[in-house]
Amino acid sequence: MTLKRIGQQEIVLGIFVVLFVAFALFLPGFATTANMLTLLQNVAVLGILGLAMALVVIGRGIDISLIAALAVPPGLVLQMVQDGHSLPVSIAAALALALVFGLLNGWLIAYAEVPSLFTTLATGLFLAGLGQAALFKLDVVQWSEGMSGFERLGQGSLLGIPTPIIAFALVCVVVALLLRQTRIGAYIYAIGDNPFGARVTGIPSRPIIVLQYVLAALIGCFAGLVLASSVNSMPTRIFNSTMIYDVILVVVLGGIGLSGGRGGVFNVIIGTLLIGTMLNGMTIMDVSYSGQNLIKGVILLIAVIIDSFLNPRNEETAQQGDI
Amino acid sequence: MSMQESFVRFKARYWPDHLLGEILSKRWTETAIPVIVLVLVAFALSRAIDGFLSPAALSDTARQAGEVGFVVLGMALVVVVGGIDLSVGSMFALCDFCALYCLNVLNWPVPAVIVATIVCGALLGAVNGFLIGYLRLRAFITTLITLIIYRSAYDLLLFDNSTKIASALPDFPSWDFIGMGDVAGVPSVAIVYLVVALFGHVFMTRMRPGWHITAIGGSRRSAYNSGIAVRRTIALCYVASGVMTSIGALFFAARLGTVGGDVGVGLEVTVLTATVLGGITLGGGNGSVAKALAGTLIVLLVTNGLTTLSVSGGVNRMVLAGILLLAAMIDIRWLKNRSRIISKVYVSPTYHFLPPPPPTEVGSGGPFEQNDKLRDVTLIGLGRIEAPEDVILDRHDNLYAGSRHGDIIRFLAPDYEKMEVYAHIGGQPLGMAFDRNDNLYCCIGGMGLYRITPDRRIEKATDETNRSLYSVNDDSRLRLADDLDIADDGRIFFSEATVRYEMHEWPVDGLEARGNGRIICYDPNKNTTYTALRGLKFPNGICIASDGQSILFAETFGCSIKRFWFDGPKKGKVEVVMDNLPGYPDNINLASDGNYWLALVGMRSPALDLAWRMPGFRKRMGKRLPVDEWLFPNINTGCVVKFNEKGEILESFWDLKGINHPMITSMREHRGYLYLGGISNNRIGRYKLEHADPDFVQYDRRWGRSS
Repeated sequence: MTLKRIGQQEIVLGIFVVLFVAFALFLPGFATTANMLTLLQNVAVLGILGLAMALVVIGRGIDISLIAALAVPPGLVLQMVQDGHSLPVSIAAALALALVFGLLNGWLIAYAEVPSLFTTLATGLFLAGLGQAALFKLDVVQWSEGMSGFERLGQGSLLGIPTPIIAFALVCVVVALLLRQTRIGAYIYAIGDNPFGARVTGIPSRPIIVLQYVLAALIGCFAGLVLASSVNSMPTRIFNSTMIYDVILVVVLGGIGLSGGRGGVFNVIIGTLLIGTMLNGMTIMDVSYSGQNLIKGVILLIAVIIDSFLNPRNEETAQQGDI
Repeated sequence: MSMQESFVRFKARYWPDHLLGEILSKRWTETAIPVIVLVLVAFALSRAIDGFLSPAALSDTARQAGEVGFVVLGMALVVVVGGIDLSVGSMFALCDFCALYCLNVLNWPVPAVIVATIVCGALLGAVNGFLIGYLRLRAFITTLITLIIYRSAYDLLLFDNSTKIASALPDFPSWDFIGMGDVAGVPSVAIVYLVVALFGHVFMTRMRPGWHITAIGGSRRSAYNSGIAVRRTIALCYVASGVMTSIGALFFAARLGTVGGDVGVGLEVTVLTATVLGGITLGGGNGSVAKALAGTLIVLLVTNGLTTLSVSGGVNRMVLAGILLLAAMIDIRWLKNRSRIISKVYVSPTYHFLPPPPPTEVGSGGPFEQNDKLRDVTLIGLGRIEAPEDVILDRHDNLYAGSRHGDIIRFLAPDYEKMEVYAHIGGQPLGMAFDRNDNLYCCIGGMGLYRITPDRRIEKATDETNRSLYSVNDDSRLRLADDLDIADDGRIFFSEATVRYEMHEWPVDGLEARGNGRIICYDPNKNTTYTALRGLKFPNGICIASDGQSILFAETFGCSIKRFWFDGPKKGKVEVVMDNLPGYPDNINLASDGNYWLALVGMRSPALDLAWRMPGFRKRMGKRLPVDEWLFPNINTGCVVKFNEKGEILESFWDLKGINHPMITSMREHRGYLYLGGISNNRIGRYKLEHADPDFVQYDRRWGRSS
């Protein structure tokens, strides 16, 4: 019984604490307030994406297209403002795009019953291609005059705390309330735990699944706005990066099993902190980008192996085609 | 007959309505869809682009197709076993690096380079295989992680070695042949690909490991329970995927000789698209080499075509993504609904006209007039036997009957109280007959014709016949061998009731009322089997006629008895003995007075008689109603009649109550008694015949008393 209590959450928390203490002791310049704020600021976007992913993963899905949702609608905002549209109109257009995108994902997954992995793999590719082909003139969409003031979302601070961290906290609260305090949240857990059981008990699982992907796309779009305003541009080639793997890393490391129905916002926070600490420490140690990826990959692999021992797949209820 | 009915009859006779369902239920129709798409794509692009199908362009496409094709083969294997391999792009890059590093920097000979590259691919695949097969991690997330790890390893290696590789220019003719050579215009890679693909096809369809792979993909748990080494097989599939990727990378390295940051980036999406587009089902259990090839060609033609049309990268992505989505959707819809579509179109009723039946009511006079003779038959094995379709007695008066559990049960003379399992066969025994040497031949539903020797050894006599040339369904296997009799020279004639349905679906064949059955001859002396007569409406009972050169056979849903000459001057002829029976005839057997016994398993009803004249009505019924609400032939009540070869009914035996012995599919006369079997009964009936030869034993009568 005592062994059962040591879930992945506790293990990761422990690793985080050990890593943090080790870095604080042995890495000069790690344990400063400035570095802590940088660390948090750097992982805020990742954390927000992690929350979006968590919503979907708890409902036994996965959303590979988050990076496309991160890059394309906010890129559209910058592009439209550049082309002379007003900021509110541009943002409305971007939100509409994200909404349609989420609806498309959700419809394909819930109603056309295409596995979430393939749906989002393809739709992400599609959205990125759409941006590349039809929406953007350059790979990096530049900040323009009409955007002035908006950069405070990414660069401002409130009571000394950088706004990205506040944005992360805000999304944390919203998602936590949704998951823990509303009926919809309970439904998402139920669907993730046992999709067929949920359906049989009368939960409107298809609309709820659509809602998950719509929310994920909207949160992704918000994360993109934070990202764009903090670097004053939207580098749309980010779609080609391995960022989506970092997002999955945050979720899985935090202890949200990919088989669904488990975990919550707290897991995302832990995962984000661990990743942030790791990346920050490796950056201070001057590990190359590829080296960082390699280390990340190995840690993710270890996390997944441990996860598979702690939360073994139930072969009796495993679905055919559940890869 | 009205004009309209004539038309319906004409259409039912000449319109091959039943072919659609049979074609759809063929497995190759799954491959046909991607192949049709491929042809359409090739046609469209060749119209849009000049020289798209010129030999030079084709050769170039074939080279790329070979390289990607290998990777697709590996991916297909992994998808069939129920997994996915996203790391192929990174493995491709690492293998490419390995080949060029060994060749350019280490200056190894070409064969050593080939071996090293393949080993490299195998090792990379083995990591995936160990994690997914043995540690049972999820394939998707695991290969996603190895994708990152392999890619960053490649980037790190590239960073240190790219200049070294680029600066060397090795000159090996054999290496160049791998990359750019051809045999009679066919690129080297295409030849190797074809060889591997052919082997792959044989491997997947004809060899044990291939079947194991498909079985695991189909149902992992069942595969495990049936003793397949699930973990090892899965692991080896990932190793194979690594090897295939390394072969593709080898040809790529030989052709281009470069290592760059973008080698293999996004390859997994291309390969996955090809796999899904070819119709290989995600989730496993279904896939073939032909599908992988079709998918590869479609994707390459589309991407090459788009590139030639100088479409931007963005549009290229959108098209690829669109195709992937569409393919996945069609695949999933088709998979979900295929069996339902087939079940809707498979049943194809035809026109079947029967005149009003002769009367059977009490007081109506005729030979079929109902009586109560069978009411008080004595019962044998009540509650101890299930589904004795046929009953037979041997020379020592022991009684044999089939049972639903796949046994032949023997009741021992003289009182038939003691019962034993005479032979366990495994399928349901239907008609039975002893030959001259006391071998018991038995038609087993779903299995074929079996023989039980006097020392109780079970032998398969035959389970296949010659395949008919124009049949879409493979009719070489026996689906529903029904009843048999044995000619004087030992030849066995047996009926196969239907070639379109399995045994448990036999009532559906009645709904269809098409001539789906046939009579087959098995010659034990030569051990040959051939189809003697086909196109019969549920041929059932068979009995050798008095001349020894012909058989009498019953067509259950034709409601008739016919006679077929297999020897003598009328050889090959079929004549009607009786038609328009009031019920559905089943088994026929010899009576002691030289006439024949016939069981009517059920009586005709005006509703079905009318429905048989309306194929469209029955087709709608088949589509709109659940199976158990279809209008099936009535088999609630029946009788035994005695007839002669001229087709006259001599006597009939009824049971008005139908309580004591409810159903009759078979009867056998033996020493003054008539033994009754019924396929839905749990008992065997025994009826004392008046004026019958008390010493009558079927075999003694035909072949004389044996020792």
